[in-house]
Amino acid sequence: MHSVKEYVALMELHRDVDAERVVEVLKKFVGKIYQRPPLRSSVKRALRIREIYEIEVLEIEGRHVLFRVKCQSGTYIRKLCHDVGLILGVEAHMRELRRIATAHFREEHAVRLQEVSEALYIWKELGDESFLRKVLMPAEAIVAHLPKVVVKDGAVDAIAHGAQLAVPGISRVHEGVSKGDLVAIMTLKGELVALGRAQMSSEEMVSMEKGIAVTPTRVFIEPGKYPRMWKKRGGGEGRKS
Amino acid sequence: MSSDVVKRGLAFIEWLDRLGNVNRRWLVKSEDATDPRYGCIPTERPIEEAVRKGLLVIDKPPGPTSHEVVAWIKRMFNVERAGHGGTLEPNP
Repeated sequence: MHSVKEYVALMELHRDVDAERVVEVLKKFVGKIYQRPPLRSSVKRALRIREIYEIEVLEIEGRHVLFRVKCQSGTYIRKLCHDVGLILGVEAHMRELRRIATAHFREEHAVRLQEVSEALYIWKELGDESFLRKVLMPAEAIVAHLPKVVVKDGAVDAIAHGAQLAVPGISRVHEGVSKGDLVAIMTLKGELVALGRAQMSSEEMVSMEKGIAVTPTRVFIEPGKYPRMWKKRGGGEGRKS
Repeated sequence: MSSDVVKRGLAFIEWLDRLGNVNRRWLVKSEDATDPRYGCIPTERPIEEAVRKGLLVIDKPPGPTSHEVVAWIKRMFNVERAGHGGTLEPNP
């Protein structure tokens, strides 16, 4: 949810301003800015700080300014346009807005509703699933940005039942993970097992022989998907298949 | 046990890394194989499972709300559970 957003916005100035001046003022908004959420918003209307990472003016035609902005989640572009108008002294408002990226999901990954509808029709009515496969992304894409810990088959079902990931269950891990980092636990086939907090660095995960490596915070894989290799405490018999 | 499946599984994870701009090398603890009888490489899931464990990045037209679009998608796919986070957000 709290991911970097990127938009293309069309701003309309209420009076004529030199293009150079517009570019200059927009550039001043890069960095940390104060913003009060607009009247029509779903969050508390308290002054807050938001970061603008990039602003690029794409085109200026008369009083219309087309620009690309990359910013922190929760930044109101409508408000940004309004504030730019105040600094320019001519007033301005946002005419149009298109989000072109949320985190690592970009415009080029997006499909139109018509494409989804057609892909479904071709699958259901004509029995060809290839188009549907093209519009769907595996849910694993959600954790694409996280460092990953790949575990052995034998460790999967224990995690599915709520166990922590112990060091011997690890097959490989991304370098540079520190204790406390959020990581994605994956199977050797690339399935998302769980999200969790690293309890040690990736270097320790590789060098140590025992200990808890990751504490899962959210489990995704279903119990029973992988064979059960663990034993219930108190005499329960571990089933090996 | 299959090392060929591992190769394809790791190739999928590397695709994820490129998607998420993750530029980290692997520290290998042990070279393991995986049993092809359990689980499935995400891109090779049977289509029904691919739908259930899939996500759509929708180019939402202006007009309908995200909420409305989710309702249409649910009806189109005949699924109970579907959600959105803003427009196209990951939700860990």
